[in-house]
Amino acid sequence: MADVAVHTPPADGHDDHAHGHTTSTGLSNNKLAMWMFLGSECLLFGGLISTYMLYRGRHEGSPTPSQLYNIPLTSISSFVLLMSSLTMVLAVSAAQRRDDRNTMTWLTVTALLGATFVGAQVFEFTEFVREGLGFTTNLFGSSFFTLTGFHGVHVTVGIIMLMALVGMVSRSRIPGDKAEVVEMIGLYWHFVDIVWIIIFTLVYLIPS
Amino acid sequence: MAISEPNPVPALAGSGSAYVTPSTSFGVFKRPVQSTGWRSWVFTVDHKKLGIMYGVVAMIFFIIGGVEALLIRLQLAAPNNKVLSAGAYNQMFTMHATTMVFLFVMPMAAAFANYLVPLQIGARDVAFPRLNAFGFWCFLFGGIFLNTSWFLGGAADSGWFAYAPNTALAFSPSHGVDFWALGLQITGIASLTGAINLIVTVLNMRAPGMSLMKMPIFTWMILVVQFLLLFAIPVITVALFLLSFQRNFGAAFFSVEKGADPLLWQHLFWIFGHPEVYILVLPSFGIVSEVLPVFSKKPLFGYKFVVFSGAAIGFLGWGVWAHHMFASGLGPVSVAVFSVATMAIALPTGVKIVNWTMTLWGGKLRFTTAMLFAVGLIIEFTIGGLSGVTHAVAPSDTQQTDTYYIVAHFHYVLFGGAVFGLFAGFYYWWPKMFAKMLNERLGKWNFWLMVVGMNLTFGPMHILGLQGQPRRMQVWTDFRAGEGFFNLAFWNRVASVGSFVLAIGVLMFLINVVYTTRTAGVAPADPWDARSLEWMTSSPPAEHNFDAIPTVHELDEFFHRKYEENEATGEIHQVSTYEEIMADEATRADKHIHLPSPSYWPIILALGLPLIAYGLIFARLLAVFGAVVVLLAMFGWSMEPSVADESDYDPPVDGGPTKELATLG
Repeated sequence: MADVAVHTPPADGHDDHAHGHTTSTGLSNNKLAMWMFLGSECLLFGGLISTYMLYRGRHEGSPTPSQLYNIPLTSISSFVLLMSSLTMVLAVSAAQRRDDRNTMTWLTVTALLGATFVGAQVFEFTEFVREGLGFTTNLFGSSFFTLTGFHGVHVTVGIIMLMALVGMVSRSRIPGDKAEVVEMIGLYWHFVDIVWIIIFTLVYLIPS
Repeated sequence: MAISEPNPVPALAGSGSAYVTPSTSFGVFKRPVQSTGWRSWVFTVDHKKLGIMYGVVAMIFFIIGGVEALLIRLQLAAPNNKVLSAGAYNQMFTMHATTMVFLFVMPMAAAFANYLVPLQIGARDVAFPRLNAFGFWCFLFGGIFLNTSWFLGGAADSGWFAYAPNTALAFSPSHGVDFWALGLQITGIASLTGAINLIVTVLNMRAPGMSLMKMPIFTWMILVVQFLLLFAIPVITVALFLLSFQRNFGAAFFSVEKGADPLLWQHLFWIFGHPEVYILVLPSFGIVSEVLPVFSKKPLFGYKFVVFSGAAIGFLGWGVWAHHMFASGLGPVSVAVFSVATMAIALPTGVKIVNWTMTLWGGKLRFTTAMLFAVGLIIEFTIGGLSGVTHAVAPSDTQQTDTYYIVAHFHYVLFGGAVFGLFAGFYYWWPKMFAKMLNERLGKWNFWLMVVGMNLTFGPMHILGLQGQPRRMQVWTDFRAGEGFFNLAFWNRVASVGSFVLAIGVLMFLINVVYTTRTAGVAPADPWDARSLEWMTSSPPAEHNFDAIPTVHELDEFFHRKYEENEATGEIHQVSTYEEIMADEATRADKHIHLPSPSYWPIILALGLPLIAYGLIFARLLAVFGAVVVLLAMFGWSMEPSVADESDYDPPVDGGPTKELATLG
């Protein structure tokens, strides 16, 4: 449900009724709100990661994590996701140069890289289910799918925002400062990436 | 603005009346522009209107929660009573707590925060007005959703903290817990968006010159609370998701038979739950810290200490959650650590009590109703705080866990603390919000009945609890009631009678509101000789709050404009009146104020959420429909500029300021 709020702060028009004078902190309202929201998200993932860490050893009735995890595949998809942060930076930089064409190109590439990651995750999930680890099989299954699923949903929401952004840039439908909107979606995107680095390390790399 | 539409205003100048057409948002709807009637409320983004709406709805939920409490006390008034069945009783105490915490105290604090924070910091609105409206509708729809569970198979019956495995399908087969989990998710969205909005507002939109340490204390406490909400809400969100997944999709999180650890829920819940306690009480601390100086004619004693102790409570509040779990076998080290941390958090709270007392010391006290409630808070909250310290002593707490002693404790801090503060706020700010003074005679009745009522109700619970009467038990028996002074029957009857006295006290407030509304007359603009910026404008404030944004030089800016201290003698004398200050401000009035425009999208977006929630419980198709509504509303919202086109505003008359949106007939 928290995802619902994702759209609203960046989507909100910029702070028109305060224009003319700067804000007390110097940060724009939109950007400060995004930082606050991401701070809140840290606790969301904190709760989910803690749940997983508590339950990862309780895999009665299914293969163990080390039997299931396909480290090479996940490493590649993680690399793809990390590269999408690079393309996101390029999109922000293009937006700041008011270069709409490159903005749209890099946003699309970012979305495609994100979609590749989500695709790999869907493939991974189906493999796990085939090998005997379902959502309801045991505590390890429930907590693994919930944690990585929540992250996957975050990436998916990010992709939807990116694609919507491409559409809105192409039709000049963005109220307010275009570069700032791109930058804020970028903040969200980088955050989701960083969370993945933590999840990848804790879930896949550290043996249980 | 980036909307590339032809200017819809026909260029007809000079004919006496110019045509005004509202611009369309995303070519779908015309913007709502009505400034009167129900539409002006339903589509409003004005923080003052939203504050009033929060207040009205929270008050209705207060009454619902109060009736639930009275039913509980009726059931416990006599041995082996049959007012409520065991099942109904379980639902009653669960929903009583849920309603009071999530649907009364939190939104009532939000009502004050919404209304007052922009005024106190000299802003024209919050940072994200539409998000503000969205938060209100989420709260309203979430609250209605929660309460419809009564009619759709029964409400949640697992206690407000919903311990696993009580919430498992086997032990709570009705849809009640599903309603509870999803309903709290929706109100959680309201809290989260509200927190982000108010933090940004306070950090970014203060009047020139208002540094953080010149900010009114109420705003400070609200800021601390919003940070607590920002970090506490996601934790309960996780817990509620895990619970929903368990009940609806067969996940194993709390299934002990699959090796789950029931402590997981307890930890997640109380990591949210303990900061929640401060979320409930700190706004009232803020209100009281505004009320006491005004009615003592003294500045708040040790403003900085009150600020930093509030912030300290905000930090320490994260390190004490496990004191709710001493009886669950955490192990001696954890218990010792949390025990000490809990004793430590009594310190900043004690600092506040000392500061309030010292504010009163030597002041010219005026015992208005607002002041009575504020003083009442100091006393009643201190009683609750002291019984709280006894819980920090783990061995004693183990004895008291799940007895009425705990019920007594948290009602003293929440009713004697949070609720008394809110009532002080009603009486203090009523003339600000409605330009009418609440009747003082009825106010005194209101206060004294509530004080007597609450002590009669919750005081005996200390005895009941120490005698071992367990919480959440639907019956007690004469056979085991004990003898003499400690007779359970006697004290249960006292508590039940007290609860009705308390209810009559609250009724006095409602009567007072009706009476005041019907009485003619307008309250003076500065009836209490107040100190902070919200009083430095008309009552109720115009839609744009301030004609000119004031420049702030001092803490208690308004007071310092009215009074000066004679350097030699230390005497305070008046140098200016409200009218003079307002006239002075009017010379700098802004010419061109464009307020954020009303919008359909917040309410539409919020309407989609209960649809999803009902759908998840009853029919997945409805959930899909709700999700589509949510998605479309997000797109509509994101493409709508937050301020309407220039053409939507009435053209200036005689070169005067343009302030209001044009109204359509």
